[in-house]
Amino acid sequence: MLNLASFPMYAQDHGTEAASATHEEAHDTAAYDAVSTVMNHIADANEFHIWKGVHLPLPCFLYAPGEGWTFLSSGKFEHGHKAIDGYVLNHGRVNRIADPSFPKGEAHIEGIIHKEETMMSMGKEKKTDVYYAIHEGKEYKLDKPSTLDGGILGGGITSFYDFSITKNVMTMLLAAFLLIFIFVMVAKGYRKNDGKSPSGIQSFFEVFFVFIRDEVARPMIGEKHYERFQPFIMSLFFFILFCNLLGLLPIFPGSANVTGNLAVTLSLAVLAFIVTNINGKKHYWEHIFWMPGIPAWVKLILTPIEILGLFIKPFSLMIRLFANISAGHIIILSLIGLIFLFGKNGESLGGASAGIVVGGLFTAFMNLIELLVAFLQAFIFAILTASYIGAAVEEGHHEEAH
Amino acid sequence: MGAIGAGIAALGAGIGVGLIGRGALESMARQPEAIGDIRSNMILTAALVEGAALFAIVVGLLQGA
Repeated sequence: MLNLASFPMYAQDHGTEAASATHEEAHDTAAYDAVSTVMNHIADANEFHIWKGVHLPLPCFLYAPGEGWTFLSSGKFEHGHKAIDGYVLNHGRVNRIADPSFPKGEAHIEGIIHKEETMMSMGKEKKTDVYYAIHEGKEYKLDKPSTLDGGILGGGITSFYDFSITKNVMTMLLAAFLLIFIFVMVAKGYRKNDGKSPSGIQSFFEVFFVFIRDEVARPMIGEKHYERFQPFIMSLFFFILFCNLLGLLPIFPGSANVTGNLAVTLSLAVLAFIVTNINGKKHYWEHIFWMPGIPAWVKLILTPIEILGLFIKPFSLMIRLFANISAGHIIILSLIGLIFLFGKNGESLGGASAGIVVGGLFTAFMNLIELLVAFLQAFIFAILTASYIGAAVEEGHHEEAH
Repeated sequence: MGAIGAGIAALGAGIGVGLIGRGALESMARQPEAIGDIRSNMILTAALVEGAALFAIVVGLLQGA
């Protein structure tokens, strides 16, 4: 990124002094931190940022052991300038000041500072970002919301839990309402046009229904069982598709990175895992625990692998969707970030124009690819879930043969 | 290290997607009537290969973070 950014800069401003240009460039980018900007944009938030200075406040449901529940609107935090019962807004997320000496009720926050601290975790040194809120000249450490990843992705169990309607939850609810609204209309159409050709919005969605039935559910699950699982496969497909498409909208009701959130894809993958395994027939479990038709010593090697495979399948579903959608958002945000990098964060108008041309064109291109990816990932999640279910409900054909 | 890992992952995915594209094109040329089927399977397989590369990217991100 730095190398890319430095090229047009010294082409314009410092024709000969290449060395000093790159040096200056490195100094200037410290003001605009592309990586942390991108990471803040793809993260979940307790308020919906609409445009500069305009935020949609969202309800917060916070729980701290020993303190009990706190219910409030995130608009009350005044974007981090006010603490309420020890809760502060930091980069759009609610953080808590666990220090008991911090005053309860409303308190003014002079600012939030960022420090990098080295922590020992799992036997090796790890750099973590720690934020401090300043209140009446004193620094108070901020606790991030608890996550269940045990610190792998930088989270862990801290002093409070955040059950709020966040930006992602709001977008999921929006997607759910859209789906209900559209599909009630489509269902009415099917009742009205029974036996006749579809009309209106029904004819637009019939393409998808027929596609999911004929290309996904029927060949993967099998003629006998597919009708039972068709609703589940379709729900997965359309929910993921709507969340992906809402995430691609750069303006207000969209822009949340829902399916690029590990917790969301984890829930979807766990659902797929449960549906697959509660429908597992004898044939399926036999093939996992005691594969028929091979020597016993191979079974001893194969059984652990098959049991691992049981969990790797939904795990790969989870990572695939998360990584694809997050990567798309990161690429688009990085290309938009080129405008600020080239323009030295507003100092150089020429650089910013170059950034708009380069970044804008590539962003348009990437958005089109992301449109394909949005459909493709929904389709892949559906088809892979269908194939796992198909393997689970399959009845042993070769046993009947002999 | 994360950047090197991401580079290797992109290399592997590139080779994989290239082989898929080659196979799909050859079979499309042999059997033009099966273009639809081949195309959808090609996209599916390409997405699976890309998924494997993205696993590596996630590991790279975790290492870098």
